[in-house]
Amino acid sequence: MQQKDIAALLDEPACTHNKKSKSGCAKPKPGASAGGCAFDGAQIALLPIVDVAHIVHGPIACAGSSWDNRGTRSSGPTLYRLGMTTDLTEQDVIMGRGEKRLFHSIKQAVETYNLPAVFVYNTCVPALVGDDVEAICKSAEERWGVPVVSVDAAGFYGTKNLGNRIAGESMVKSVIGSREPTPVPESAYPAGVKKVYNVNLIGEYNIAGEFWHVLPLLDELGLRVLCTLAGDARFNEVQTMHRADVNMMVCSKAMINVARKLQESFGTPWFEGSFYGISDTSKSLRDFAKAIGDSDLTERTEKLIAREEARMKKELDVWRPHLQGKRVLLYTGGVKSWSVISQMQDLGMKVVATGTKKSTEEDKARIRELMGEETKMIDEGNPRALLNTMRDYKADILIAGGRNMYTALKARQPFLDINQEREFGYAGYQGMLELVRQLALTIESPVWEQLRRPAPWAGIERGTGKPLAAEG
Amino acid sequence: MAEIIKRKKAMSVSPLKSSQPVGAALAFLGIDRTIPMLHGSQGCTAFGKVYFVRHFREPIPLQTTAMDQVSSVMGADENVVEGLKTMCEKSTPALIGLPTTGLSETQGCDVTMAVKMFRQKYPQYAPIKVVPVTTPDFSGSMESGYAAAVTAMIDVLVPKADEANTKPGKRPRQVNVLASSMLTPGDIEALKEIIELFGLRPVVIPDISDSLDGHLTDDDFNPLTVGGTLVSEFATLGDAIASFSVGASLSKAAKLLHERTGVPAYDFDSLIGLDANDALIMALTEISGQSVPEKIERQRAQLEDAMVDTHFMVGESRIAIAADPDLLNSFAVFLSGMGAEVVTAVTSTTASILKHIPTQEVKIGDLEDLEQTAKRRDSQLLIGNSHCVASAERLNVPLFHAGFPLYDLVGGYQRTWIGYRGARQALFDLANLLLKYGSHEIEPYRSIYSSRPEDLEARNDVRAC
Repeated sequence: MQQKDIAALLDEPACTHNKKSKSGCAKPKPGASAGGCAFDGAQIALLPIVDVAHIVHGPIACAGSSWDNRGTRSSGPTLYRLGMTTDLTEQDVIMGRGEKRLFHSIKQAVETYNLPAVFVYNTCVPALVGDDVEAICKSAEERWGVPVVSVDAAGFYGTKNLGNRIAGESMVKSVIGSREPTPVPESAYPAGVKKVYNVNLIGEYNIAGEFWHVLPLLDELGLRVLCTLAGDARFNEVQTMHRADVNMMVCSKAMINVARKLQESFGTPWFEGSFYGISDTSKSLRDFAKAIGDSDLTERTEKLIAREEARMKKELDVWRPHLQGKRVLLYTGGVKSWSVISQMQDLGMKVVATGTKKSTEEDKARIRELMGEETKMIDEGNPRALLNTMRDYKADILIAGGRNMYTALKARQPFLDINQEREFGYAGYQGMLELVRQLALTIESPVWEQLRRPAPWAGIERGTGKPLAAEG
Repeated sequence: MAEIIKRKKAMSVSPLKSSQPVGAALAFLGIDRTIPMLHGSQGCTAFGKVYFVRHFREPIPLQTTAMDQVSSVMGADENVVEGLKTMCEKSTPALIGLPTTGLSETQGCDVTMAVKMFRQKYPQYAPIKVVPVTTPDFSGSMESGYAAAVTAMIDVLVPKADEANTKPGKRPRQVNVLASSMLTPGDIEALKEIIELFGLRPVVIPDISDSLDGHLTDDDFNPLTVGGTLVSEFATLGDAIASFSVGASLSKAAKLLHERTGVPAYDFDSLIGLDANDALIMALTEISGQSVPEKIERQRAQLEDAMVDTHFMVGESRIAIAADPDLLNSFAVFLSGMGAEVVTAVTSTTASILKHIPTQEVKIGDLEDLEQTAKRRDSQLLIGNSHCVASAERLNVPLFHAGFPLYDLVGGYQRTWIGYRGARQALFDLANLLLKYGSHEIEPYRSIYSSRPEDLEARNDVRAC
C-alpha cells in the first residue's frame, strides 16, 4: 500500500477526531503501546463474513495467534472459523517463493471448500519483501473464476483502527456494488408494514450473537438488513450494500470511511448509533425512521419503543435493588462510554469515573453533561491508574475491555467485560437484561469477601519450631 | 438451614443410596492385609464386589458367610465360625471385617457372640483380629455403614489409655486421621501430603489411598488387601499429638477415639474450598508449631485466583446435587461460597449434618426425586455419581461426576477434591462444563426477509410443520 493511500485513510474527513486538537489517529509510542496492528484490525473487521475463506499471507505469527475468532457468531456457514495461512517458511522468504505459495493456497481453498469468495490478507513480511499480492489475487481470480479480494493491511502500516479502515476500503473498492439484492416479495411483509426499507449496519460484529436480540425488532419494523458489516454476513450480502436506503454506523468509528464513501457514491444517508443500553437502542431505532422519513414507520417505531421500554422497566425493576447506589468505574476507552453511562444511571448506579483516552472533545462534553463536573476522566489506561482510581473513588466494579479484566481481578475487584472477546451478548433491550444480570452476579458474588480476608494464620509468628508436645 | 423432606413415596426409582454393608466393606478395604466377610447370603457379597470392581477397576477381596435357607432359619452362627476359620486357614489375614446384612440382622444373629464362639473353638487364630459390625441395609446408607465400621474398628482395636499406657503426644509427630467415605483415594493421598509438609506423620483410618489407589504389585494375586492402615498402628493412636476426623458422619467414631485415648480431636465437616482448608492448615500450623510452608501459601493463592476467574460462570449457576450427606454438605458449602445456588439437594439417608446444609431443602430420596426437583427448579448442572448420567441426559444438563460409584469414568476414584488444589481443579472443571453447556448462548435469529438458502430452508421446515 502506498504511503499516500495510508495518509488518505488516516485523514478521515467524517471523523470528529479530525477536528479539534487531534488529527487522525495518534501514532503508537514504542514501549508504551497496547493496541493491535493494521492486520489485526483488518482481519477483525472482515472475519465475521462467515462464508468466505480468509487466507492470511505471511509466516505463522499473524494467523497462528489470531485465528478462530470465537466472539462473533454465525447462523449458518462456519468457513470463517478455519484458520488459513500461507505459513511462509524461511526458504519461501529467501527464495521469493511466497507469491507462488499464495497462488497455490488460493487454489487449495477454492478446490477444497464451496465458497463464494476468497479474502487474502497481506502481512508485514511479504509486504516488506515485495510480494505483489494484488496481482496474485487478480490472476487467481481469473484462473478459478472466484472473486479473490486483496486486503493489503500489513501490520506496520499502522494501528488496528487503520486496519479497520483498510478493510472497509477494500470492501468498497472490490466488493460492494457487484450484485443487486434479491427483492423481498410482498407476501413476506409482516402485518401492518406497507413498505420494507433496506438498511445496512456497519461495524456490527454480532459478538456472542447479540445482534440476534436486535434483528427481530428491525424485522418487525419493516427494516430489512441488507448486510451487517460484518457480523454473521455473507459475501453476496456485502455485494449489495450500495442499495441501502440508510446506513447505521454501529457504536464505533472504525469503518466510518465505508459509510462516508457509500454516501458519496450512492447518496445513502448514514447516522451513528448504538444498541447498548435502552435509551441508545431506542434512539437508534428512531434515527432509522428519521433518516427514512416515512410517517407510518415513525409511528410504528414509537409504538415498538414504548412497548419494549415498558417491558424492560418491569424486568429491570427486579434488579434495581441489587444495583442501587453501586459505584462504577467505566473504562471503555472511547465513544461507547456515554451510552453505557446513561444506562447505569437508569439503574440507580453511580458512574464515578470514566475513560476518555479515545474520546473527542465532544464526547467529553457529553460525559460532563451526563455525569456532572466532578466526574473523574481517565486519559491513561494503564492498570495502575485504573486501580488507583478504583480505590480513590471507592468504585464497586470496573467495567472495561477484556484486557483490563485480569488487572481488576488480581486486585480482588469485581469486573465486567464489555469487549469483543466476551461470552455474553449485551445488545438491544434483551441484552440489557443480561448485562444487568452479569453486573449483579459479580458485584454480589460472595468470593470477594472471602478473598479480601487474610489467611487465618497471617501475622502469627512461628519458626520451623517444635511440635507442641515436645515443647511441653 | 435446610428443611429435611423425608421419603414419601412407596417405591424408590433409580436409587441414589448404596447399602450399609457395602460401606462397611469399603472401610475394611482400607486396612492392610484385610478381608471383609459379609454375614449374609452370597448375593450380598457378589453384588458388592461387582460394585467395587467397576468403581475401582481393581480385584476386590470380599467374602461371604454364604447363608442358605437352612442357616437363615435355623441360625447362622456356625457359618460365621466356619467362614472365619476358613479364611484364617487359607490366607492368614491381619484382620477380618465382619459386617452384617439385612438377612442376618432380620434373622436375629449376634455376631459378637459368634466371634466369641470362634475364639473358643479356634484359639490358635487369636492373633488375627476380627471386627464385627452391625450394618443392616434396611437402615442408613453407604456412608453410615462405613462410619459404623470405623467406629467398630476403634472399639475393637484401640486400647484404653490407662490400660495400654498410651499418652497423647508421646509420638509428637503423629496425627491420627479418621477419613469419611466421601474421601477418594486421591483425596487421602493429598491429605497425607499436606500433613507431611508440616513435618507430621499421618496415620489414616482407614487408608484406601494405600490399598485402592490402583497400583501394580509384584504379587500376581493376593486374597487380601495390599496396603492400607497397618493393624498394628491402632495400638499407637493413643500416643498421637492430635486426631483429625474428616466428615460429620465420623463424629461418633471421633468421639470414641477421644474417649479411649484422650488425644485432642479436630473435626472437619469438609475439606473442599478455601475456608475448609484454611481451618485444616490453621490446625496443622498450631499442632506442628511450624509456619505454613510456601508451597501451601502458593496453592492457596492459586485457589483464590481460580475463584475470581470462575465466579463469572459458577456464580448464580443453579446446581443440583445428589450425594451422601457428607459429600452433599461439602459441595453445597463450597459452591454457595462461590455464589452458586444449590437448588436441588437429594441425599440417601438422614444425618445430623443435613439441617446445616446451605440450601432451602434437602430431600431424602432417589434420582427420580432429583430429576423432578431439578427440572422444577431449573437446575443447570448436576453433581452426582454415574447413575446420574441418564438423569442428566433426560434433563439435558451436564453431569459433574462425584460420589460413588463412578463406573463410566476411568480414574474417577482418584479424583481429588480436597486441599486448595483439589478445589481449584473442581472450579475449573465446573466452569468449563457450565461454559460448554452454557445457557447464555443466544439462539440465531433468522430474518423474515432473508433470502439465504439456509434461512429459506428453515422457514420451509416451519411451514411444513
